[in-house]
Order: sequence, then C-alpha cells, then structure tokens
Amino acid sequence: MAALINLTIDGRAVKVPPQTLVIDAAKTVGIEIPAFCYYEGLSLAAACRMCLVEVEKMPKMMTACTLPVSEGMVVRTETEQVKQARKYTLEFLLTNHPLDCPVCDKGGECELQDMAFRYGAGESRYTEEKVHTPEKQFSPVVFFDAPRCILCFRCVRVCNEGLGVGALGVINRGVASEIAPNVGDHLECDECGACIDICPVGALTSGAYRYHTRPWEMTHTGTICTHCGDGCKTTLGTRNDQIIRGNNRDRSGINGEFLCIKGRYAFDFYDHPERLQSPLLRVNGKLEEVSWAKALQVVAQKFTQTLADGGSFGVIGSNHTTNEENFYLQKFARQVLRTNHIDHHRTGDVVTLLDALSGKTTQLATVQDLYERKAVLVLGADLALEHPLLSYQVRANYRHHQAHVYVVTPQEVREDKYAAATVRGRDYESLRDKLKAEPELVILFDDSYKGEDLRKLVDFAESLAIPVKFICLLDYANSRGAVDMGLTPELLPGYQPSGQPGMHVDEMITAELSALWVVGANPLKGAVQRKAGFLVVQDMFLTETAQQADVVLPAASAYEKNGTVTNTSGEVQRLTRAVNTMGAKPDLEIMGFLARDMGAAATLGPWVPETVFAEIRQTVRGYEIPMPVMATGGAAQTVPVKGRIVVDSGVEFRPDLIHSDHNGLFASGTLGRYSKVLNSVLENRLNR
Amino acid sequence: MLFNQPSPLETKVLTRRFGLPNSASIDTYLATEGYQAFLKAAKMTPEQIIEEVKVSNLRGRGGAGFPTGMKWGFVPRTSPKPKYIVVNGDESEPGTCKDRVLIENDPHQLIEGVLIAGLSVDAHAGYIYIRGEYRYLIEVVEKALAEAYEKGWLGKNIQGTGFDFDLYAHTGAGAYECGEESALLESLEGKRGIPRIRPPFPAVAGAFQCPTILNNVETFCAVPAILRDGGAAFAALGIPKSGGTKMTCLTGHINKPGVYELKLGFPVKQMIEEVGGGIRNGKKLKAFIPGGSSCPVLTAAEVEGATMDYDSMASRKTMLGSGGVIIMDEDTCMVKAALRIMRFYAHESCGWCIPCREGTTWLKKILTRFHEGQGTRTDIDLIGDIAKNMLGRTFCPLGDAAAMPTISIVEKFRHEFEDHLNGKPCPYENTGSMVTV
Amino acid sequence: MTFSPQLEARFDKLLKSYPPGRQRSAMVPMLLYAQDEIGRITDELVNEVATRTGCTPLQVNEVLSYYSMLHTKPLGKYHIQVCTNISCLLRDGDKLYEHTCKKLGIGHKEVTADGQFSVEEVECIGACSWAPAIQVNYDFHHHVTPEKLDQLLDGLGKKQ
Ligand SMILES: Cc1cc2nc3c(=O)[nH]c(=O)nc-3n(C[C@H](O)[C@H](O)[C@H](O)COP(=O)(O)O)c2cc1C
Ligand code: SF4
Ligand code: FES
Repeated sequence: MAALINLTIDGRAVKVPPQTLVIDAAKTVGIEIPAFCYYEGLSLAAACRMCLVEVEKMPKMMTACTLPVSEGMVVRTETEQVKQARKYTLEFLLTNHPLDCPVCDKGGECELQDMAFRYGAGESRYTEEKVHTPEKQFSPVVFFDAPRCILCFRCVRVCNEGLGVGALGVINRGVASEIAPNVGDHLECDECGACIDICPVGALTSGAYRYHTRPWEMTHTGTICTHCGDGCKTTLGTRNDQIIRGNNRDRSGINGEFLCIKGRYAFDFYDHPERLQSPLLRVNGKLEEVSWAKALQVVAQKFTQTLADGGSFGVIGSNHTTNEENFYLQKFARQVLRTNHIDHHRTGDVVTLLDALSGKTTQLATVQDLYERKAVLVLGADLALEHPLLSYQVRANYRHHQAHVYVVTPQEVREDKYAAATVRGRDYESLRDKLKAEPELVILFDDSYKGEDLRKLVDFAESLAIPVKFICLLDYANSRGAVDMGLTPELLPGYQPSGQPGMHVDEMITAELSALWVVGANPLKGAVQRKAGFLVVQDMFLTETAQQADVVLPAASAYEKNGTVTNTSGEVQRLTRAVNTMGAKPDLEIMGFLARDMGAAATLGPWVPETVFAEIRQTVRGYEIPMPVMATGGAAQTVPVKGRIVVDSGVEFRPDLIHSDHNGLFASGTLGRYSKVLNSVLENRLNR
Repeated sequence: MLFNQPSPLETKVLTRRFGLPNSASIDTYLATEGYQAFLKAAKMTPEQIIEEVKVSNLRGRGGAGFPTGMKWGFVPRTSPKPKYIVVNGDESEPGTCKDRVLIENDPHQLIEGVLIAGLSVDAHAGYIYIRGEYRYLIEVVEKALAEAYEKGWLGKNIQGTGFDFDLYAHTGAGAYECGEESALLESLEGKRGIPRIRPPFPAVAGAFQCPTILNNVETFCAVPAILRDGGAAFAALGIPKSGGTKMTCLTGHINKPGVYELKLGFPVKQMIEEVGGGIRNGKKLKAFIPGGSSCPVLTAAEVEGATMDYDSMASRKTMLGSGGVIIMDEDTCMVKAALRIMRFYAHESCGWCIPCREGTTWLKKILTRFHEGQGTRTDIDLIGDIAKNMLGRTFCPLGDAAAMPTISIVEKFRHEFEDHLNGKPCPYENTGSMVTV
Repeated sequence: MTFSPQLEARFDKLLKSYPPGRQRSAMVPMLLYAQDEIGRITDELVNEVATRTGCTPLQVNEVLSYYSMLHTKPLGKYHIQVCTNISCLLRDGDKLYEHTCKKLGIGHKEVTADGQFSVEEVECIGACSWAPAIQVNYDFHHHVTPEKLDQLLDGLGKKQ
C-alpha cells in the first residue's frame, strides 16, 4: 500500500491514503463538510458548491468533493468566507424551492432543511416570483415535484451508474433544467425506488409512502427482505403496527443502500385483504373459521392418531420460513412423526456444488466478494432481473474497480453492456484463455448448471489454476437455509446423509399419504388434486394448496417474526419482527403448540427462536457462526461442509428435481401475487 | 466574402489574404506561401515546434489568454492513447465575430495551423467545432477540407512527410457554454454541454478522454505565420509577453464598426478615434468593454492611457478577452446594458451548478424589475451582492463571466441605478421597457 | 426513417468521423441536419437518431432540449431571428425586434397563421460588428434597419 498522505484540516492532522478526497479525509477526523451532490460511490458532480473550502496557496475556494488530498495541504472548513459561501448557496437554492416543508414527505429528514438550519440565512432576500410546475407521476411508484428539486443529479446518477438502468435524465438547461423520465412522460425502469431514497429533498416521493406519516412518527426495524435469495437488509418504518415504508438508508447489511422494488415496497402483501386471520377447519366439505385452540387440537389429534395407526406422513417445508422453523420442522418430522418424507422446492444445486468442492470451504463467495474480486463469470441467469443485489454488486465492482465481467447466458442480459466478453449459450469453455489470465474469479450459476454439468464446471474452474469462488443462485429468502436445515429426504441438517429413503415433493403430492403437512409452500398450484388423507397447511394466504386443506393455520410473515435466514451465498442474517401478527402466528410457534398438544414438547424443545438457533449453532455443521455478528445484525457466512457429501456416502441426490422459478423483478412466487405494488407495476405495463 | 473596409493602421498577418480573389480557395492559399509553414514544421522536431510557439509569445485568443506554447507542452506526447486537435470555433461571446471572418476568408490558414499542432504532439486527427448558427461555415470548411484532401494536404502521408492527419468539421447547435473548452468536448461527444471537472485538463484527458490540444480559431490561425516567419518575428509585433496581433471586433456606438487586425498593445484611444472613426454622432464615450460581455466594464476615465493587451487590461482589473470591443456612448442606459448582459447569461447557463443557475436568473429578474422602474434602493446593493456571491464559486467560468460585468456596472455606474429610482424609470432613453424573452 | 440521399450520405460520413464506438458524437450534427431537412425534431427522429448513435431516446432528448437551435415545434418557412444582445442592442436591435413582431403580428417563438414566418429573439449570433443583425433561417443580414427588414419580409412573402 502506498504511503499515507499528511494534511491539516481545521488545524487537525489527518493521515489518509493518496487519492482520498478532502471531503472524505475530513470525515475521518469527524469534520463534516456539507454537500448535496457528492454521494459516495457515484460519479463526482461538483454541482451544488456546498462543499467549498479554503485551501492554503489556492487562489479560490475549492470543492472538497473533487479535490484529492496532497502532502502538506492545509484546509479550512469553517472560515468566514466558507460560512458565507454556504449561506448564500443555500439562499440561491431556496429562491426557487417551494417552502412547503409542513406538507412535504421529506420534512424532518430533508437534507435541505437540515442544511438551512445549520448553515442557512435567517431570511431570504428573494422577493421575485417563484417558478411553479405541477407534480408529475412518473410511475406507480415514483412521483416527481420539479420545483422542490435542487438538481443535485443524484437520482440520475444512481439510476444510470448504480442500477445500470438510465431511466432518468436531465432535460432543458439553465433554470429550466429538469429531471425527466425515459419514456415520454413516464418511467420504464426497475421501479427500485433508489432515486426516491437518494433524493436529499422531497422532489421524488414514493407512491407507497407519500402523505402517510411524518418520519419522526415511525419506528424503524432492520430486518431481511423475504423475497429473493440475495438477502438484502431492509429497514421497515412502522406506525401503529403498520409497515409504512422500507428502505436501507443506514446502509447496514450486505446490501448497503441497495434495495429493489421487492425489498423497498413489496412488504405490502402483509396487510392484503385476503390475508388469513383465523384458522380454518373443513366442516362438511367447507372451510370454516375456528379458534386456534380448536384447530391445533384437531391437527394434534389427527397426527397422534395417524402415528398410532402406523399411517404415513409427508412434510413439505418452505423457502421463506426461518432456519429455526426449518430445523424445528425437520426435527418434528423425523423425531416425532418418524418420517423421512420431507422436502421443499429446490431451486439450485447447492449439494452438488459443496460435494464437488469436497470441503474446500474457502471457495464459497459472499455478496461482498462480488464487489471486490477482480473477475466475475455469470452463467445462465439474467442477474439484473433475478438477483438484483448480486447484479448491483457486480456492476459496482466494474465501475469502481474495473472488474472484468464475463457473461454466458442463453439470452441478452444487462451485464452485456459492460462485459469483458459475452457468450450466448453455455459454452463457457470458450472463455478459458481469458479466464486463465485473470488473477481470481467468482462464478455465479443458476439452476441450469446442476449434477454432472456442475461437476464439469467445478473441474473447469479447477483447471484454470486461479483462485475461484462460487455462488449457487437460489430463488427465495431462505432456499439455502432450507437445504442447510435438512429439508430434504437425502440429507439431515448440515448435509449429513440421512441414510434413509424418503419421498420428494412431487412424490408426496401424488402419493396416498395418510397425512400431508405443508408449511409455507404451495405444491398443489397448477390444479393438482390432493391425494393425502389429511392435509394441514400453514400459510399467510388461501393458496391453491390451502384451499384443499382440512386445516389451515394462518402463518405470520417474515416481517412479523424473529429468527434467522441464510441467503444464496450462505450468509446468515437475523429477521427482526417489525409488526405484530393479526390473528396469525409464526410457524415456529404453530409447530411448538402442535408439539405441546401432541405431548412431544420435551423431544423438540422450546419453540423460542433464540433457543432453536442455539441448538442449530451447536449441531448443524457450518452454523458455528459468531454470535456477536448475529446479535449486532450482521451477516456471517456459513461454512457447511468439510468433506464430500454424496460420493462418500452413496447418497443419490436428485438434480433433476431442481428448478428455479426465475422470478423477475416484479414477481415473487405465490407471495408476489399478494403485493399491490408488484401488481400495479405489472398492470401498468400491460395497459401501455 | 465578409469583411469590412480595412484600416491603414492594421497589421495584416492573419488577415493578409483577406480581399484577394477567392481567398478561401486552396489555390489562392498555395499561391501565397500557403502550407509552407507546415512543410517547414514537418522537418522540425516536436520540441522545436513547441519552442517556436513559446518564443512567439502567442497567448490563447479564446478569452483566457493562456500561453499557447506552454499548453501544447502539457500534452503527454508519448502517451499510448491517440491524441487530438480540437478547434474552438464556437465563437459566442457577445461582441465577438472574428473567428467567423477568419474561417470564411481563409480556412486553409486554420487547417495549416491545426496540422502544425498535430505535428507538435503526434496527433493524427482533429475536429473543427463550429457554432450551429455559423451553418454556412460548415460548408466553407468542408469545401476547404475536401480541397486539402484532394491536393494531399490532409490524409495519409501528407506531401510525402510521412505524417497522417484527418480533420473533420463538427457543428454545435446553439449553446454559448459549448465554447467553454470542457463543455465543448462533451458536446463533441454527443452530450449536453456541461463542463467537466478539472483536472484532468484537456491536454491530458480531452476529446474521447485522450490527450488533446484545444485552442481558439484565431490561435491556430496565428501558427502558420509563427512557423513561417519565426516565433521571434511574431513576438516582435506585440509587446513583451504578448506577441503578435489581435483580431479586434469594434462594435457598438462607433462610426466604423468592423473586425480589424491590430498589434497587441494598440492604444485604445487611437483604436476608437482612428481605426473606428470615433464615437457615432460625435457623442462622448461612457463605457468600454475590451473583450466581450464577460469582461468588467471600464469607464471613459479608466480607458485613458489603456492599450489593447493582456497586461494593460489586467492592470485596469478587466480582460483583453476575446477581442470583442463594445463601445457605449453617453446616452447608453447602463442598467439596461447590465440587464441585457444578464439575460444572456441566464439564457446560456447550463444549469449544472447552483450559484450560476439560480444567480443569473435571480439577477435577471431583479434587473428587469429595476429597469421597468419597480426597483428599490436595497436592490442596488443586492444586485452587487448576488453577483459577488457567484464570483469564484461556480463550476465553470460562466458564472464569473456573468458576475464580473454586473459587479463593475453596479460599482461604476451606481448613480444610474439611483436615477432609475428617482421617478425616472429610464432616464437615458424614451422607451422605458425592453423586450424580454 | 428515410432521409434524402444527400442527408444519408452526410450521416454516413459523420458516423465515420469519430473513433470506433464513439458514434454518439454524431448526435448533435445529425439532429441539426435532419431538422434542416424535415423542419423540426419529431419523436420518430429522436428514436431514429438514438438507434443510429447507439443511445437511448432519453439520451437524445437530454441533448436536444439543451441546444437552443434544436426544436420540436414547427417553425415558419422563414424563421426570423433577431439579435438583441448587447452589440446589436446598442444599434437598436431591440427596436428592430419589436418592429418585426409588430409587422408579422406574432411574438417570440410564434408562427404566423399561414406558417410562412416565425420570430425568435436570439442571443448574439456573431455579427456584432455589422449590427444590428438578423438571421433568416441560416442567412445573415447585416446592418438591418426597419425599412430594410420590411423590404426583406415583403420579398420573402411574395416568394411564397
Ligand atoms: C463560458 C465560456 C465560453 C467560452 N467561449 C469560447 C468561445 O466561444 N470560443 C473560444 O475560443 N473560447 C471560448 N472560451 C474559452 C475556452 O474555454 C478556452 O479557454 C479556449 O478555447 C482555449 O483556446 P485558446 O487558448 O486558444 O484561447 C469560453 C470560455 C468560457 C468559460
Ligand atoms: S430529484 Fe432529487 S436527487 Fe434527483 S436531482 Fe433532483 S433533488 Fe437531486
Ligand atoms: S450582439 Fe448581436 S450579433 Fe453579437
């Protein structure tokens, strides 16, 4: 590393790496230089002029946001001249800014308000008429109020650079300059809302949040998005047990500030009118509302009876439920119901990957690796649509570190635009020479690489003779956790071979089982007729599967419970309850009550997430993750296997059962159907 | 062919072919020592060429007056990237119309200047950026380029020198800001004319992010003479540190407005009286702008003893600028002048930075109100103060260009603002109002 | 979209004038030259230029709305641009502009009912030493007086 540069800011000695900008150097010693347009990670603009500082030996004030440090530099950020300049820059800004703070969504967390408070003039000398233009709706999600816009161009830059979408631009010039959407008067974009969150003022507001509340009336809970497998942290703003908004402005979590439409807005399924609020029991062929006690009793009795009769059980778990719930469920199935017919919808071949790596645990990439490693190879997936965070990371890596990105996909993808090489189809072998020349590589592959194909891929990676890491792309919030926790007949938690045959999902739904217990899954979608003698379903909604159930137990959503989930790159993160359940219960609690009612509580232990997690940490390979990381809301990667799984044990793992839903940006399996935001975007597109 | 009656006081170096039949044609050019400087330069080393330009004391004619030889020396000649030569023919500074006549009357002189610049930094391609309003000059230049290609003065292995050079004409489409060098480069790349953050300067990262020489039309046009007659001869035409001649546009209340080529250091008084034939209608001089509307205004008293060169103007706290001399007689309303100038900058502000975007518009609004007789006493200080709050704080010098004339007018002609308050909406003319866009 | 063979040839030449991958550079000239031929910039033209320069239509709109000579609304057959900037102003360019408006009965950026004329008050057009100056389409007219202007407009009006 190059030697550090010494400089003085406001009389304090500062030591920072070369190329550091003065504005960032100041931060290291707690000096905040105000700025609107400067935004870490985005290209420099130097447009707002708020960050002007005095630098010795320079004739004019300089913008701290573009000035790299140099040895011996002397910077002053609080002189009369600097203060005066800030004050008058704000005065300029406010000339055309409507002072409608009392009704502006941003009021209370507006950077312009804060700056005016800290650096501004008491009164404006501006007495001319202000420019007025009416508010515009750019999309179902994005509203734009031009007069409030201070033209910092953050929105344009984040959309263009961060997201690679380029849906926002600037039209006209001078005072007439205005932010404009990409298609006539509306936006056609990812609807991620990054532009809204990054707007320092209330110029861009969200259809979901606007005029709902004042920011200071909300409680904020950091939890994990329940939609895709990338595992973004989302901070839910709630009031009166209602989720009002999602964002991640505090940049905690593996995603920093990034969120896609699902993480930012698609929490809204939770109060969908069709949300189940009471258990249902089939009486005379019809589902009727009953009390929790009654419903649990019916299920416990039926399960106990079936056990006594030597009947057969099938258990289908979920890609959305927590690790604790999955662990508890498999334990319930194996130890209480004594069945190994347990499975879930598999969306990627983690098992073969881990097996082929034969325990080389350093070969599993994290989300951060995608931002840091020198080269990335994307196989199969349309990353930008299916794994928005991973795609964002790769793009940022390219922008900030000029990473080489290679794309091998059947169809055109957004990564093509900046890829070092693109191959249509599957012939990654043709990239061999280029990849060999890279110092290191991360390979991401989707469900089209599984079984033997995947083993070949790992061999290929090996043959490159460079350090290679992998990410096996998986669909939902806890797909990885479902495999890790043993929701498969072949493997117990921690990839220990179960040594017993068991049915897979497709077999269970077509077999004449005595009882089938479905937790948070919808295996009977697509008009499949149930075959099981008794069907219990835990879910949030009356899905196709729930409609055929004998007992439906309303389950809490991810935003209504505590626990942990594991993302597609094996990083474990904590779910924190943001709102309380309306008549529904967390799946873990439901299972606990059933265990209690069946007299199996002692076998299964307390149904408290923390306790279950403690057991997971002790018993599941790879989950010996450090507690402080978890406790502080961080992410810790599991390192699941230290040896071969399949080959050594003779387990036959069935790659043919794997299929990903390839959900795009506006789809999220069954759950997505209940999100108003996702639906409105889809409808909006259909109507165009 | 557009030019005015020449003045005997002119020193005709760049304009030496003006008035010749078909002065723009390559035949005329070749018959009058044309392209000889290039051939001479082709035998020199790049260092020698740059040295010759340094010796000539040629300073940029686009307004900032930066020493040209030094600028060329900044280009990393050995960089593996291609290098480019870009001609700034955006000429939009109010009061300035000299590049237009240079291109129209003698385009090959410009091409030759560009070729020599190309030799000096090992560049093999260039662009002549011409403002959109000069649409006819695009045709003039393209014709000249075609002639040069045809006769082997452009293209591969020019005249057997082994030097390749391709030159293209590129049009703007109405934007003063695109005259600012980095905004011009953005415009050349098909973008909005928003200036770039500097450093890096164009010498290092210019056109297409490659090392680039960017100069004004007149600057390039001076180069053939420098190589032909030697840098020292060119330098000797002017005064120490300011070599050569300056294309000077006399405009405003003068009897013989026109573009004249005068030695640097030419006395202002003599220029007005003898070259320009004196102030129109025998009036007295009230205000003088030496080099386009971006320069601080001088009063008649300040003009005493001034000469047309960088130092003389700098000592009077103004600038030689682009050579657009604006002469205002005693009847001129300075409030109106300030307003018209500010309207221009408000119209041309690119909108990128806050002080320029908001400041120019705010000033335009106040000055409009003021000139219409709706001003208040506090407005006068406010106008000066707003302009000062822009000065030195904007993203590019356009903000300064708007602030400087305003500050000088408020300071030097404050009484005219006062007069507007004293029940006389506009004491200097009959029509009180002014057309506003 | 199809253009005249001359314009197509011009576009071809333009696109070859810039380094490989820099076709975007041709955007402003293409827009201006196409506008010369079809009178204004239509949405169709925006899309066409976007395709030919490898940009998005938004990028083209960002650019076209920046430059004052590019317009999306139709102009008169004769677009009368009167400079009122400082050098022209000092030689009564403002009065010339008012005269033009009065004579044609239209204001800034308006078009006469018959579509023959439009007027625009413009910033300095680089004719300061021959002020006051106007441009009719691309043609410069120098030292213009109200009388000369009347003659010019009457002459153009007769040409129809
Ligand atoms: C707002 C603004 C407008 C400018 N317009 C022009 C112009 O029209 N022509 C020009 O040659 N230089 C113009 N310049 C100066 C250029 O930025 C640049 O300094 C010049 O072209 C360099 O050439 P020179 O060294 O030969 O003068 C302008 C500068 C500013 C700040
Ligand atoms: S909309 Fe907001 S973020 Fe975008 S430029 Fe305007 S103020 Fe900045
Ligand atoms: S001021 Fe009118 S042409 Fe320059």
